[in-house]
Amino acid sequence: MDAIILQILNGLDKGSAYALIALGLTLIFGTLGVVNFAHGALFMIGAFCAVTLSRILSLSHQVIDETRTDFLGNPLKVDVPYIYGWFGEATGQAIIDWSVPLSLLFAIPVMILIGVAMERGLIKHFYKRPHADQILVTFGLAIVLQEIIKYYYGANPIPTPAPEAFTGSFDFGAAIGMEANQIIYPYWRLVYFAFAAVIIGAVFAFLQFTTFGMVVRAGMADRETVGLLGINIDRRFTIMFGIAAAVAGLAGVMYTPINSPNYHMGMDFLVLSFVVVVVGGMGSLPGAVLAGFLLGILESFASMKEVIDLIPGINQIIIYLVAIIILLTRPRGLMGRKGVMED
Amino acid sequence: MFGLEKKDTSLLIIVAILTMLAPFILNPFPADSAMAQFNAGYPDLMQRFVIFGIFAIGFNILFGLTGYLSFGHAAFLGVGSYSAVWMFKLLSMNVIPAIILAVITSGLFALLIGFISLRRSGIYFSILTLAFAQMSFALAYSVLTPITGGETGLQLALDDPRILGAAQTATGNIPVPGLFGLEMRETAQLVLGGWEFTFNVGYYFSAIIMLASFYLAIRIFRSPFGMMLRAIKSNQQRLNYTGLNARPYALAAFVVSGMYAGLAGGLMAAMDPLAGAERMFWTASGEVVLMTILGGAGTLIGPVLGAGMIKYMENIISKINSDILHGWFAFMPDGLEDFVVTIIYPFIGKGWHLTLGIIFMLVVIFLPGGLVEGGQRIGRLFRRKKKDEKSDKSSQSTPAE
Repeated sequence: MDAIILQILNGLDKGSAYALIALGLTLIFGTLGVVNFAHGALFMIGAFCAVTLSRILSLSHQVIDETRTDFLGNPLKVDVPYIYGWFGEATGQAIIDWSVPLSLLFAIPVMILIGVAMERGLIKHFYKRPHADQILVTFGLAIVLQEIIKYYYGANPIPTPAPEAFTGSFDFGAAIGMEANQIIYPYWRLVYFAFAAVIIGAVFAFLQFTTFGMVVRAGMADRETVGLLGINIDRRFTIMFGIAAAVAGLAGVMYTPINSPNYHMGMDFLVLSFVVVVVGGMGSLPGAVLAGFLLGILESFASMKEVIDLIPGINQIIIYLVAIIILLTRPRGLMGRKGVMED
Repeated sequence: MFGLEKKDTSLLIIVAILTMLAPFILNPFPADSAMAQFNAGYPDLMQRFVIFGIFAIGFNILFGLTGYLSFGHAAFLGVGSYSAVWMFKLLSMNVIPAIILAVITSGLFALLIGFISLRRSGIYFSILTLAFAQMSFALAYSVLTPITGGETGLQLALDDPRILGAAQTATGNIPVPGLFGLEMRETAQLVLGGWEFTFNVGYYFSAIIMLASFYLAIRIFRSPFGMMLRAIKSNQQRLNYTGLNARPYALAAFVVSGMYAGLAGGLMAAMDPLAGAERMFWTASGEVVLMTILGGAGTLIGPVLGAGMIKYMENIISKINSDILHGWFAFMPDGLEDFVVTIIYPFIGKGWHLTLGIIFMLVVIFLPGGLVEGGQRIGRLFRRKKKDEKSDKSSQSTPAE
């Protein structure tokens, strides 16, 4: 029993990342009808927003510390972040420590801006072109973004730790009244899951309960009619693209403590997220979320030692295998709507 | 000639002449000149030109004709490589059986994957092929290690149980792949003044195979079967209404293009007898897509051009470093020179993927037909000028290809 709970928990953090990226992909596909291969790159850019902010916060100048000397007997020069001077040492330290959550505030405007620029600058011109062209041009864009990041940040992963308060693990088993020390789970992963749940909830609430969301949903169902009613649906869809980019970016920001960001993390997640979207059903938002968590948890079950002993290598291929089976038996995916991408 | 139309025959002959004279054409600069780094006439690179040319020609038969965008074609290349290396290990160092086995296994593999993937089309087909290729990659990397060599890749060893031919050479080395005693790596050098030309057996062997596959591709393009494939691309529904089932044709195209990929993989192994799982990774599949699109999907010569161009850029651009750039712009005033070098620097050396991505995006945005369409547009520009001068009466222009 505890093994099962542990695997479900393990699957949650990866599943959350899949679900968030797939949600953004589906938002873009459902509104604009564009297959965005650059979405993984947006996830990666989000992660590098966190890296950038933590670097900016740690910018420092050298101060001569009179009380200490180096091994030559000269006064020791100490790097002091500028931020200490502004907020005092204790607050400054706390701010640097909390750089990853703080990056969320930084990443939202950046990602929305990037998303809107991408839609207006490039993708707008591809609405009427075949899906293959959309795939290809966004694929090219993904390569370009990835290489730019690689040029400025290098090819190596950059460790970006979580705040001190969230490092370490806690005993989940004891918390739910089971035997102690059986289910140990890192704090940050739980934070990530909670964060993903909040974001997903927010996106759904936004679409469901605001006028803006209502118009967007109407546009998804019948773009032409909404346009005929005198609503500028294009502008709203552009904003939705920005929101989808922000969702991917925030997923990336919060993922940095789990996996040190590197320039190809976006591509790694993109392939799987596409599989998730297809399994969930093209254009179905709940489907994308459901499939994201489902595949994340399935993947973690497949990595159990007992399962690997039974079917060697299953942990590597389970997601693809599930995708193949689903596509062949339920061509529309788990929750796909009729008439979306039928050809 | 060879059952081809006049235009195609001349195309084939031009390609044949170009590939046969490639060691000269690709070495236009004297070996000791400053421009020698732009020479591409060394065996390793020339082999890659033709081998990736074959790969792209095959991919084009599927994507260019039927419009099915496969994102997992590298899997067949990898399977071809593995089977060729196994043939070297078990049977003989002759490349012929190795290549034949590579083509057969990749064909069978393509039959299996195509049979399943072609039940869906559009983006679903792309995702399915991608999923299969990633599965093959993951399996080759982990579980199938006894067959594929896992992370280190499949290599020849000194104790291979080779049936025909010795396990070791007289000097105790691993034998090299050859064609009836002619070693693939054998090269002849010709020095003419300042120029050095290299002629490599492996290159000519691959080039001849490339010409044969190019000829076959022309025949497929011009055949009723090719027409059928084009019909699938333009309107599959109408094809169904006329009572024809499109799937067997698409499957045949998929298998043929998988066999081309296997042939390329086998040749790769023949040039350098090792095979690794990274050949199956999805970026490798992406690369062949780039080649085909860059050259011009659906055209005969496009994929070969695209493959050549990408491989040339990969080799040449990634060799340029900041010293060379400083050398080029030395004529400028110092401040300007540094500025220009700083601007260009991200695009060269390790950053060549950035250049590739940008070129690729530009091609997809402005030239969906690739380099071939670019050439045609320029050609048409000139032709129109001539027409204006002659003030031709007929305004009807013949559609180019």
